[in-house]
Amino acid sequence: MYVYDEYDQNIVDARVEEFRDQVERRLSGAMTEDQFKPLRLMNGLYLQLHAYMLRVAVPYGTLDSRQMRMLGHIARKYDRGYGHFTTRQNIQYNWIKLADAPDILAELATVQMHAIQTSGNCIRNISSDQFAGAAADEVADPRPWAELIRQWSTFHPEFTYLPRKFKIAVIAADEDRAAMRLHDIGIQLLERDGVLGAKIFVGGGMGRTPMIAHEVKDFITADHLMSYLEACLRVYNRYGRRDNIYKARIKILLHEIGVDAYRDQVEAEFAAIRDLGIDPPVAELARITAMFDGPDFDKDAPDAVDRSDPDFAVWLDQNVAAHKQPGHAIVTISLKPIGGIPGDASADQIDLMADLAERYGHDELRVTHAQNIVLPHIRKADLYAIWIALRDAGLAEANLDLISDIIACPGLDYCSLANARSIPLAQKIGARFAGRQRELGELKLKISGCINACGHHHAGHIGILGVDKKGTENYQLLLGGSGAEDVSLGKITGPGFDEDGVVDAIERVTDRYVELREADERFLDTYRRVGMQPFKEAIYG
Amino acid sequence: MKLLTGNDLATGDVVWWTGREWSRHVEDAVDVGGQGEAILRAEEGARRVNVPYLIDAEATEQGPRPAHIKDRIRALGPTVRPDLTLKPADADAGAWVI
Repeated sequence: MYVYDEYDQNIVDARVEEFRDQVERRLSGAMTEDQFKPLRLMNGLYLQLHAYMLRVAVPYGTLDSRQMRMLGHIARKYDRGYGHFTTRQNIQYNWIKLADAPDILAELATVQMHAIQTSGNCIRNISSDQFAGAAADEVADPRPWAELIRQWSTFHPEFTYLPRKFKIAVIAADEDRAAMRLHDIGIQLLERDGVLGAKIFVGGGMGRTPMIAHEVKDFITADHLMSYLEACLRVYNRYGRRDNIYKARIKILLHEIGVDAYRDQVEAEFAAIRDLGIDPPVAELARITAMFDGPDFDKDAPDAVDRSDPDFAVWLDQNVAAHKQPGHAIVTISLKPIGGIPGDASADQIDLMADLAERYGHDELRVTHAQNIVLPHIRKADLYAIWIALRDAGLAEANLDLISDIIACPGLDYCSLANARSIPLAQKIGARFAGRQRELGELKLKISGCINACGHHHAGHIGILGVDKKGTENYQLLLGGSGAEDVSLGKITGPGFDEDGVVDAIERVTDRYVELREADERFLDTYRRVGMQPFKEAIYG
Repeated sequence: MKLLTGNDLATGDVVWWTGREWSRHVEDAVDVGGQGEAILRAEEGARRVNVPYLIDAEATEQGPRPAHIKDRIRALGPTVRPDLTLKPADADAGAWVI
């Protein structure tokens, strides 16, 4: 993985001291909240319901055990003993004191971590495939490119005050494990005639106006990827609306002017800037790429796994994926225990995961956009020992991509933007379906506590949106969304429900699915075959 | 009744106007009546509290109860982590919020 050079470290250290000064001036009253707010947001510091919340960047979801232990240390020393992993592969702490924020950032900087640009109207954390470097289906590891984009976007002089936040995802396989088409810019690396390049999608996003990104460029060669991105951002920065926060995302710009007009602008801009040296020198690209070469795998690692423990076998079948290296596997650690809080991990659990990565996993972990943790490089011979350790720590729920593997935003329990609580609903759904989830198969359920859609409800096979209905919590049900390569946006079923009512409604939906499904159809496949009507009848009678 | 609430500048703690100062406990909050805006302006200069605002509440035997669930959650803490609330040992606290 990427290792800071002196320049990278200096940037982060200088930023810490700059923010320390800003915090001191805020606390002394020399700076007003209106002056301070955009600065603290650019350093990932929100003011939420109960306290300040700090969002720490985990670039493209990749970190090592030392960094993971620092996250656990921050949770213990400065927070209340836990952290929350997010749908952008970051981690959030909910109980931060403003006065502590500079010290937290200073400690993070000692392990090459930061909270820069995790909020604000700028380019946010670059997300990627959690199986990068381990999956057999990728044409290249997407992370060197994610790292390049991270460096390019950090403190970019033109793009630090965009009309609105900007999210970029990079994948390198046809299977989209990163919800790429639902980003402001989605990049799929691919090869054409032996040349590495990328397909560029622009204008995706969820929130109050969900849209699927349009293909803007069929193929840009890798050596011009950065200048093409620059052109895309320049056009957005030039024309994106700054008069209306609800119409300021790039998806609205494409919707209003049309993808062809946008593309024409980008191509014109690209032609003007492509030879200005924005793309990295070959040597720099080689330097960064070399850091992602991958570990020295045990080429003699046995392939067989002892399945005699039935509980282990269930977890093996559900949470362990194939690795490109024989004798190895990719482990997904579920942070969705039945009755637990989706995406939360205690400091002790964080330390355990760090220990497992260091001992068994070539010291590497990933955060997924579904709020789980991946150990990407595990010898099959070590799976049982890992499972025992996870089981003893409450981290062995065998529910990857099942109905209890819920993406849920923090909701009204934590977030000042929320209209309804999402976590208690996730807990009730998990409890209701725990015994049936394997029968139901792949069923991605996502809950957002408000229209901002941080819980990705538009992309859920079943999605739930919490709203405020005359002062009480109410939940709208959506069906048929997907954030994968078969991307689609969910459709609202009809009138909403209270918390218990929506759980009952989901049960009626899944009962109808079981009645209607053919062969090995997933819920999503059955829905797409038969449409909304049978499910609407089941829900509302 | 009208309550004045905000977040403590330094700690981010939810605080409630008691008539003289800010308290972490909603039971200490007073009805500011029509004086809310004037108090807000004065407190802005004191720079102790971030983004203070007025809310509706009803007077109850247990003290003021904010009208909206969001402010009740602010008053107590997250409903899903009773151990992190201001009343971790109070079995009835969750019902007060919901």
